[in-house]
Amino acid sequence: MTALTTPAVALPPANPPAPIKTSRRWGTPVAYVVAVLVIGLMLAPVLFIIIGGFRTNAQITTDPSGWPSVWNIGNYLDVLTGGTFWRLVGNSLIAGFATTLGVVVLGLMASYVLARYRFRGRGILYATFAAGLMFPMTVAITPLYLVVKNLGLMNSLGGVILPQIAFALPTTIIILVPFLKAIPDEIQEAAFIDGCSRLGFFWRMIVPLAMPGVITVGILAFIASWNSYLLPLFILNNDAVFTLPLGVQSFASQYSVDTAKVLAFTSLSMIPALVFFALFERRIVGGLTGAVKG
Amino acid sequence: MSVRENTSTRLEVDLANGGDTGTTPVAPPVRRRRRSSPVGARVEIAVLVGPALIVFLGFVIFPVVMAAYYGFFSWQGYGPPTDFVGFRNYITIIQDPTFQEALTHNGVIVVLSLVLQGPVAILLALLLNRKLRGQSLIRVLIFVPYVISEVVVGTGWSLMLASNGAVNGMLEKLGLGAFSQDWLSNPDIAIWTLMVIITWKYVGFAVILFLAGLQGIPEELPEAAAIDGASFWQIQRHITLPLLAPTLRIWAFLSIIGALQLFDLVYIIWGQYIASTAGTSTMATYLVANGRNAGNYGYGNAVAVVLFLISLVVALIYQRFVLSRDTEGAITGKGKST
Repeated sequence: MTALTTPAVALPPANPPAPIKTSRRWGTPVAYVVAVLVIGLMLAPVLFIIIGGFRTNAQITTDPSGWPSVWNIGNYLDVLTGGTFWRLVGNSLIAGFATTLGVVVLGLMASYVLARYRFRGRGILYATFAAGLMFPMTVAITPLYLVVKNLGLMNSLGGVILPQIAFALPTTIIILVPFLKAIPDEIQEAAFIDGCSRLGFFWRMIVPLAMPGVITVGILAFIASWNSYLLPLFILNNDAVFTLPLGVQSFASQYSVDTAKVLAFTSLSMIPALVFFALFERRIVGGLTGAVKG
Repeated sequence: MSVRENTSTRLEVDLANGGDTGTTPVAPPVRRRRRSSPVGARVEIAVLVGPALIVFLGFVIFPVVMAAYYGFFSWQGYGPPTDFVGFRNYITIIQDPTFQEALTHNGVIVVLSLVLQGPVAILLALLLNRKLRGQSLIRVLIFVPYVISEVVVGTGWSLMLASNGAVNGMLEKLGLGAFSQDWLSNPDIAIWTLMVIITWKYVGFAVILFLAGLQGIPEELPEAAAIDGASFWQIQRHITLPLLAPTLRIWAFLSIIGALQLFDLVYIIWGQYIASTAGTSTMATYLVANGRNAGNYGYGNAVAVVLFLISLVVALIYQRFVLSRDTEGAITGKGKST
């Protein structure tokens, strides 16, 4: 009798931990192996670029996939002491920060209205911005080039920054509007009662409360601008205003014989984006989580 | 000023409600106040939305509309377009075998992107969603290729894949010299090379997206299934995957549109001329090569319109038949998704 009842009582509490434990024990080593393999595959080309920069052209020609026999920092020093690299970094930084600032300021103001004002035409306005997602820059690139040309912004960073802001607005608004809608009405009520005007409320409450969303949007805009290729290709024809991607390409074709130097140049040019991303990785993933749920 | 208005309307509402301070008065005063100062609110709306709207209309909508207009002209880009040719540009595009090839390549890239990246990314996301030491580091590293610019990716990979590059060198060393190839210019292989590079570059994005989706699944569901004796893979197959389906559909949508408009990688690695002989040209590289680079702005714009219409049709079909499931509720979505 006891033999019958004990298992019946004992089973339920014994059962739940069992499958979880076994599945974890069984799965974890596999997960590590897979993770290490995948990371190896993901990083190999990046490491090839970085390590290749430490080799000499002679080494690369005789043994393209080898390890540097002597770690030669001359290529990196050449790039870092030459003016070209820093000029490109400077241009990319200006374009990146100006784009980010523009996207955040314009996007936040517009999202605030779309999220918290009730007026006729709001739906149409939101749909107009959202429709922007359907128009990639590729489709509009030729007329865009003409618009920039007519504004006299050819060969200036402004000619890259303004279109970049415009094309980043749809994503920005789509991410920020739900964010701002989620701020409880009670906070608004309390602020108004305490003597806050609506614009004051925007500056003192909305801007700080929307910070997580703003940071996500800002990072996405910055990385997009940092890596942007098609637009600068059309707008910038002058070495002096080249951004990094154009610079890397022109360097690669100009010094096509000097593979080691090209590799050094290329690896240095990806560092800023990587550092930036490593610092804000959590924010980006967090922002995407919000976007997927919304 | 607006404060006084606010409190006074609030009082009125409270009085009208008989001094009831329950939940109802909270919402009405907001609406009431907004109606009470329509001019002020309109000015605020205009000031706040105006700049964004102007930039957006000027640099997104206007160029798109102009692309449609220029597409009807034979136009070299000097002065206003005058040589109206009707649909001739469009007829030329559709009949051009080079364009048809590019379109085919786009189709192949769309399908292969889904087939190659999807399963890999799902498996990686499922594995990474478990408690792993160094999980955040792994996530950062998987995302690295996505963050690196296309130019860097293109430059690095073209050097690696050159006929005397590192990949062939590595094969030689491993005694697999027979497998060494002209990875970039052999038309039988080039598109697969491109697919490897695309998968490498963009799979991290899919993984991050799926991880974000997985984190939205309440822990109770897999736990309950585990208590009922379901195995790890059963849980993934019958609980996690169906619940991840909306995220999968959004990713597939982004992937399809991205593949249709692929430009940077192909243009950087294969250049404007080799792309078509290597069999990797896309509609976008065709657009740039035959539009701006050839000085045929009217024609280039017509290509842009075709590219846009194809994307639009695909997007609408996808929305109609795939994304609409998400609004039908979990049960219908669940049944079909697997």
